[in-house]
Amino acid sequence: MRAFDVVGPVMVGPSSSHTAGACRIGLLARAVLGTSPVRAHVGLHGSFAATGRGHGTDRAIVAGILGMAPSDPRLREAFAWAEAAGVVVTFETVDLGPHVHPNTARVTLTGADGRVSGVVASSVGGGRTETVEVDGFPVRFDLSRPTLLVFHRDQPGAVADVARILADARANIAAMQVGRQVRGGEALMVIETDGRVPPWARTAIEGLPEVTAVRPVEVP
Amino acid sequence: MSTPSLAALADAATRASRRIGQIVLEEEARETSETPEILVARMADMLDVMRESVAEGLSGTARSTSGLVGGDAQRVEACRRAGCGIDPAGVFAGAVARALAVSEVNAAMGRIVAAPTAGAAGVLPGVLLALEAEGHVPTDRIVEALFTAAGVGKVIAARASLSGAEGGCQAETGSAAAMAAAAAVEALGGSPQAAAQAVAFTLQNMMGLVCDPIGGLVEVPCLGRNAAAAGQALVAAELALAGAVHPIPVDEIIDAMGQVGKALPVSLRETGWGGIAVTPTARSIAERLGLWTEPPKPEPVDP
Repeated sequence: MRAFDVVGPVMVGPSSSHTAGACRIGLLARAVLGTSPVRAHVGLHGSFAATGRGHGTDRAIVAGILGMAPSDPRLREAFAWAEAAGVVVTFETVDLGPHVHPNTARVTLTGADGRVSGVVASSVGGGRTETVEVDGFPVRFDLSRPTLLVFHRDQPGAVADVARILADARANIAAMQVGRQVRGGEALMVIETDGRVPPWARTAIEGLPEVTAVRPVEVP
Repeated sequence: MSTPSLAALADAATRASRRIGQIVLEEEARETSETPEILVARMADMLDVMRESVAEGLSGTARSTSGLVGGDAQRVEACRRAGCGIDPAGVFAGAVARALAVSEVNAAMGRIVAAPTAGAAGVLPGVLLALEAEGHVPTDRIVEALFTAAGVGKVIAARASLSGAEGGCQAETGSAAAMAAAAAVEALGGSPQAAAQAVAFTLQNMMGLVCDPIGGLVEVPCLGRNAAAAGQALVAAELALAGAVHPIPVDEIIDAMGQVGKALPVSLRETGWGGIAVTPTARSIAERLGLWTEPPKPEPVDP
């Protein structure tokens, strides 16, 4: 924990977990989609569903989806901003099961090109979040470090190819998860780095033949 | 990695003939590779946001989305200016007014500094900005005292908890008050040991405070508890500056607060299932707002 985790962050109230954390979940979903959404469907689980409205959780998630930071005073009017931007937002209460944190949301976004992506993430206190699912892949990462999501075809050498580019960029890998749906099918690398991966390296990774998409995730 | 210790932090400051705030700043600079100057400037920015929150709250325009709270900070401030109330020109009333102001802004979805949480955001600015204004402490000492507060908060987070959901209000406004008490002691020239004593007294005096928010909102009793916690910080700082020494080491008291937090039933830890949140009137308020959730039936207890 850093000093500015204790005295800080600057945020819109009323709740670190139900407002700031929720906003960061919206920002995460937007980063995973990789473009501005035109539709958003938000499933609120547990305490998020029960006490969310009073804490502005729904507004905060929409604010994040629109790209607002947790300290953005416009967060309060996020619904109006969504309407002005032509983003259709729907909500429902969901039950994600007993093993999921009580402050969890599933956010599914649709881009203008029809692309759909979804995340499931929890707000675990103090504005900190934990992502538990990205596009159906079970994952576990918080947003404390710059994170690169590399969607690719599962094949020998894929990890080495990406790691070589990161090594050339002198980007130190702090943590890494790799997983796939089925052998030889779609796979996902979640790579947390100590510093931001430079744009040229992200482009190079995207250019690898086995890579289908690269999504940098950096949430304030 | 060993568990952080507030006694060790105070000892390190004493041995180095520095204040806890200075040690925390130096440690932060080492661990983040940022210069102390940059970190001080960033903390000064935090103080500026705290000032803005206070100003917004005192203006009386902050109304919570539920309509339940708003306007009391302005009332207290008006009372002070009119010379009514207790010690209108002093730090105490200044802290109460400012703590309420920030909490009202928080409840109205305005901008605040979470210190350490949004729910307790009024406590630290309440105490420190009152010390600056009514206590005439120079601003640079206030900024340094925010590092004292951060250092105390880090230890409490590691040993116990800062959150109402985990440890009740004694963990949330209690931790904020402990941070503010230590910060106040150092800002007023007290020793690192006295700052640690202020933490001990604060947590002891707030032990067992429950979290029972009406409708689950961060409004009632949260606003009043922010003001109360500011008061508790001043009491503890007063004792510590006078040289009072608690017979129990501060780290043991922090641990005890953590244990008490775990012992609190879930109904009294930010669920709105106990305390004033389940009074008949609170229930009807919550129902009117569409925020009532029925508390689960209690487990039968063995005779």
